Amino acid sequence: MSVLFVLVPVALALVGIFVAAYAWSARSGQFDDLTTPAMRVLHEDPERPEAH
Amino acid sequence: MTSTPTRGVTASPCAHCGLEVLSGDRRVSDGRTYCCAGCETAATIIRQSGLDGFYDLPERRNERVVTSGRSYAEFDHASFVTAHVTRTREGLAEAALYLEGVHCASCVWLVERLPLAVRGTVRAELDVTRAIVHLAWDPERTTLSAIARCLDRLGYPPHAYRGRRAAEARRAEERAMLTRIGIAGAIAANVMTIALALYSGFFSGMDGEFVRYFRWLSLVLVTPALLWPGRGFFTGAIAALRAGQLNMDVPIAIALAAGFAQGAVNTWRDSGPIYLDAVGTLIFLLLVGRYLQHRAQRSAADAAALLGALSPATARVIENATVRELPSEAVLPGMLLDVRAGDTLAADGVVERGASSLDLALLTGESRPVSVDVGARVFAGTVNLSSPIEVRVDESGMTSRLGRLLRDVELGSRERAPLVLFADRMSFYFVAAVLLLAGLTAGLWWSTDPAAALDHAIALLVVTCPCALAMATPLSVTVAIGRAARLGILIKSGHALEALTSQGTLFLDKTGTVTEGRLGLVSWRGADDVRSQVLALERHSRHPIAAAFAAAWPEVEAPVATEVSEVLGAGIEGLVAGRRVLVGRPTWVRERVKGGGPVRHPRRELTPVLVAVDGHIVAQAGFGDPLRPGARAAVESLVRAGWEVRLLSGDAPHVVEGIASALGLDRSRAEGGATPERKREVIRVARATAQPLHRGGALRPVVMVGDGVNDAAAIASATVGIAVRGGAEASLAAADVYLARGGVGALEELIEGARRTTAIIRRNMLIALGYNAIGVTLAMMGIIDPLFAAILMPTSSLTVVLLAWQGRTFPRSAP
Repeated sequence: MSVLFVLVPVALALVGIFVAAYAWSARSGQFDDLTTPAMRVLHEDPERPEAH
Repeated sequence: MTSTPTRGVTASPCAHCGLEVLSGDRRVSDGRTYCCAGCETAATIIRQSGLDGFYDLPERRNERVVTSGRSYAEFDHASFVTAHVTRTREGLAEAALYLEGVHCASCVWLVERLPLAVRGTVRAELDVTRAIVHLAWDPERTTLSAIARCLDRLGYPPHAYRGRRAAEARRAEERAMLTRIGIAGAIAANVMTIALALYSGFFSGMDGEFVRYFRWLSLVLVTPALLWPGRGFFTGAIAALRAGQLNMDVPIAIALAAGFAQGAVNTWRDSGPIYLDAVGTLIFLLLVGRYLQHRAQRSAADAAALLGALSPATARVIENATVRELPSEAVLPGMLLDVRAGDTLAADGVVERGASSLDLALLTGESRPVSVDVGARVFAGTVNLSSPIEVRVDESGMTSRLGRLLRDVELGSRERAPLVLFADRMSFYFVAAVLLLAGLTAGLWWSTDPAAALDHAIALLVVTCPCALAMATPLSVTVAIGRAARLGILIKSGHALEALTSQGTLFLDKTGTVTEGRLGLVSWRGADDVRSQVLALERHSRHPIAAAFAAAWPEVEAPVATEVSEVLGAGIEGLVAGRRVLVGRPTWVRERVKGGGPVRHPRRELTPVLVAVDGHIVAQAGFGDPLRPGARAAVESLVRAGWEVRLLSGDAPHVVEGIASALGLDRSRAEGGATPERKREVIRVARATAQPLHRGGALRPVVMVGDGVNDAAAIASATVGIAVRGGAEASLAAADVYLARGGVGALEELIEGARRTTAIIRRNMLIALGYNAIGVTLAMMGIIDPLFAAILMPTSSLTVVLLAWQGRTFPRSAP
């Protein structure tokens, strides 16, 4: 059971990494508009515009 | 005055905008029918860019596609570029534009394919909820005005996006809140997991060293949650206490501080219960509630931004006999402006040359055009209707009448004391009761078990943390606002819902609110075949009466008229199919025929027009501002519900009284001839003399419903300001509620929805208080422990969330 003394801090370090990633995504504005991206994906063309 | 498709209308609708095609304007290309050149161009752009798929999109709206046909040259002007355009490191230019007419997924599809339609456009990203497009383009290859013209032709007239700075500050605040919620959430989840281990250890046995380890871990985790995401509650509580007030932050801060202090001490002492998991969860749930509340709040109006949006972007200045186009911001007193028909005035001034009629509706609400002559004072924001005039500027920018009015709007929005919400009024009693009960618990237990007394008192403080209570209002309001938005009722501030619950005084603007806001044919007495003769003549006129005739009879085909001559301010005459036709003012027509026909229209508020054919008066028309459909029914039901409904308009008193009786209101309830300044004063007086609901209670609300700039100051001063569709941007910014469906029909739904929402808020609060009562009882009896607290508190919050969600506020979808 004494492995817990190592495993819990490791788990918490992982949490720290995820929280940092989330904080970065929130600050870079990825949660600013939650409506449009959902619509955008519906209409994506199979070919890229530059291909014309 | 609805147009019915009869003869003259082709069978197939316009291939682009879906409207009926009038035979006169019909255009055919590539085997498709279009109603106008604008639609033809838009369709050509769409097809040439290989975007035909647009017409097959299932949710493509069937609304009218609106284009303005402007040149947008001002978007390339140096002053616009400094204010709105930024350069990227790659040498691209970036700007954000606000688009009209953005609705749905197909708009996203079309707008974001702009790089295909305009060469040199690198990127177009649309934010559909805010209707803002973020553009990036190569300034070497294209201009912003070219992009703007293309957007306009596609049916999305662009506007400069002025609120950028305020919006950015708001967005930064929201991002910071989201970050705090994320951190608090991660900590809460981990503390709860640790607590789970502790609880199962409590029941099945656990080594002392692990118990100690987990307790210390909880303390280490909760400390940053309290110091960073949870700090706002302490600063809020301290600010309130310094101001000698109590708000919801105070009991929250007490509970958090008590729970944390006790947890820290007991962890150190290595004995006794700890509430650290409850503290972590509380911080997370409270932050979620706070975030929802923030999103439901309004942002104050910015007068300077509004002025920019309302005055025209450019003005023509006459210097040394040459005309130069300048941005309106550069117009200064002393300059001479060339104002042509159809132009909006950019500044206040005096007419130096020419005579014309002006539309003052934006500024004063007057529905009829006003004639101006040399020497007349004219104001920014009014529209020149008929012929060119030259105006010597004496006031411009923020010192113009429009500028001063908009400053009043800003002031009104700021001065307005925030309505004290029911939840905050209650917090005083709440804090008092909790502290009293905690003291009582400690006192009662002191005699029997002094060691447990403090534990039980602290348990009570933690378990009564008003988490569910604090969430009840923002949650219900957020859900209600979301549902209302789908019905075309945009609610900008949650307090409007609470204020609209009690009946008060409701002031309605006339022009554009209960009426259509344009000159229309209201009564017609004459033979049907006269109509085509009238139309034949009026085709040659740009007078508003001519436009009203054309709008009233879209299905009538007009023959060709010859020898047409128009006398300004009197009427028009000409030959139609060999017969001499006269249309004009009664005095003018009667002078030219053998007499007969009334001078005044039987309905005094209408402008009379007589029609004579070959010397005989054959028809009589009355022009006015027609009532919006459903206005009378809406007013009647409001009166039945106990509201005092009044009309407050800038239009002539007898016109307003006529409309009042058409609405079924007593004439004494109508006030005409009110300037924008007077309207604001009426609202202020009404608020100052408002009766309280009951002794010591909140005052009855004063509601202003309007559409124009002339109402904006009044809207900003009212308890609840409501703007209706088609209104000026100023009134929208000043208002708490925007009715996107037009007219006052949605008012009833708004008031009913507000009543239901408030009822649900109260019910949720009662339930939250019920949970608190259970917690208090258990704590006083000394049978509560951290496990109880850990179960009780999330359960109460969850109950409130579910009830707020399923509550019947506004109907879930459009009827």
